[in-house]
Amino acid sequence: MKTELKTNLRAIWGRAYVRIVGAQREPSWILFEIMMPLLAVATYVFVYRALGAPKEFTGFVILGGIMTAYWLNVLWSMASQFYWEKETGNLELYLIAPISRMSILLGMALGGLFMSTTRAAVILVGGIYLFDVTMIPTSWPLLVLVFLLCMVALYGLGMLASSVFLMFGRDAWQISTLLQEPIYVFSGFYSPIKSFGFSLGMMASLIPLTLGIDAMRQLFFEAGRAHAFLPIGWEILILTVLSVLFLWLANKALLKMENLGKKEGRLTLRWQ
Amino acid sequence: MGLWRTIKTAGWLGWQIEANWAEPFTFIAYAITRPIFSTLILVLMYKVVAGGQTSTALFAYIYLGNAFFMYTANVLAGVGIVIHEDRERYEMLKYIYLAPIVTYFYMLGRCIPKLAITTLAVLVTVVMGIWIFDLKLTFGHWPLVIFSFPLGIIATIALGIALASLTLLTARHGFFMTEGTAGIFYLVSGAVFPIEVLPNWLEPVALAFPITYWLEGLRRGMMDAPVSQVFAGWSDEKLLLILALTTALSVLLSVIINRGIEYIARKQGKLDQVFNY
Repeated sequence: MKTELKTNLRAIWGRAYVRIVGAQREPSWILFEIMMPLLAVATYVFVYRALGAPKEFTGFVILGGIMTAYWLNVLWSMASQFYWEKETGNLELYLIAPISRMSILLGMALGGLFMSTTRAAVILVGGIYLFDVTMIPTSWPLLVLVFLLCMVALYGLGMLASSVFLMFGRDAWQISTLLQEPIYVFSGFYSPIKSFGFSLGMMASLIPLTLGIDAMRQLFFEAGRAHAFLPIGWEILILTVLSVLFLWLANKALLKMENLGKKEGRLTLRWQ
Repeated sequence: MGLWRTIKTAGWLGWQIEANWAEPFTFIAYAITRPIFSTLILVLMYKVVAGGQTSTALFAYIYLGNAFFMYTANVLAGVGIVIHEDRERYEMLKYIYLAPIVTYFYMLGRCIPKLAITTLAVLVTVVMGIWIFDLKLTFGHWPLVIFSFPLGIIATIALGIALASLTLLTARHGFFMTEGTAGIFYLVSGAVFPIEVLPNWLEPVALAFPITYWLEGLRRGMMDAPVSQVFAGWSDEKLLLILALTTALSVLLSVIINRGIEYIARKQGKLDQVFNY
């Protein structure tokens, strides 16, 4: 039991290491991962300026830009990851290793979270510096709680998606591409989701970023409170439920998809 | 004749790679969903600030700019990944270079499926704008649309091929380079806001690229009056002339970059190099 735990902890660290250390070794990737969200942030800031929006809306965009780093990470480095692993031949090595598959997913998530946070921090500082925005939360403990819950739920969703994507071939790439912009819209990355109405807003809340961004916007900006979708307390409660639900579903889905993949002989299928 | 065959065959190959992973209906849904949602981001931003009123000139300016910018974004990102896919995924780039063809035209052919798919997305977006968002199009300067549209497409393809050529010397991050360049154009070309909103030092950068004049020409052709103050005093002829000149310059630069990079890539043995990540 003790050995098994130790092996799994080592597997978690081993998979996270690639992202904590390895991903910092390619400067061009870091540059583009920071530059691309910053370009989008700058563009949307100028759109709000052209529209004559209040200055706080610039803060909305910066917050959205920060969360973009996490969403892109979940989409491209969690959901699609097993597809990449299959293409490069790593997946079969994971499957024959004497470890829990969840350790691999957890390692991916922790490493990805670290990697995205470094990018998000630069976007935050760059955004504040470039566009002269003040972002001081009304409550630091609440902000930390909301952020952590949002990340647990989001990466739980990423782990679930990763299991589902295990069965995909080349369409994994297309599906990830397809999911990018709709989530920007439905999660209210750049504009409050209150305008969707309650029903659509609640459906959009299944994506943890929706309530996470809404709650953080309320904590940072007066205008965020004016455009709030739900009270922060409710958002924290729903995020907690989503965190537990997605992690549980990820575990179930991973086992199911692995078995299905074995039966259909798709776990080592490349270039399909 | 040989050049046309190269373009046609490359176009067919590109279409097979783009579309053969899904049923036609799924593929079409995929091709139009992303652009529609990228437009909705802007529509929601506009509505949050301006309320429900979308029949204004500024809304039309933002909406049309974003719709036509899809050509630039999709062609740059699409052709930008051609070298990486051909060289490292399918490992066939060396055979392309062994074939008796001009590779510039091969890449041009690979742009065609992207253009076709994007045309569908642009049409859907514009129709959605007219139908749902009360987009007002008057076509008061329609000749400008007819003449500027092909020029902008030529400029976009030329820039795309230049960037794709650069990826001969890079690993997989070449993909980021083309996406990043599209992002820069989205910011500086006044696609979704008038360029006078940009900081002063960025305005000359905006005026250096044909995409800026192209989008301005298309919007002016479809709308009543120019929204951007920078171009307010410009005649249609002046706008078209500068677009033609910057397009010609883009094509020239693209050919020079393509030739130069190919020479370096051959010399450094990059044509069949596999980075394996």
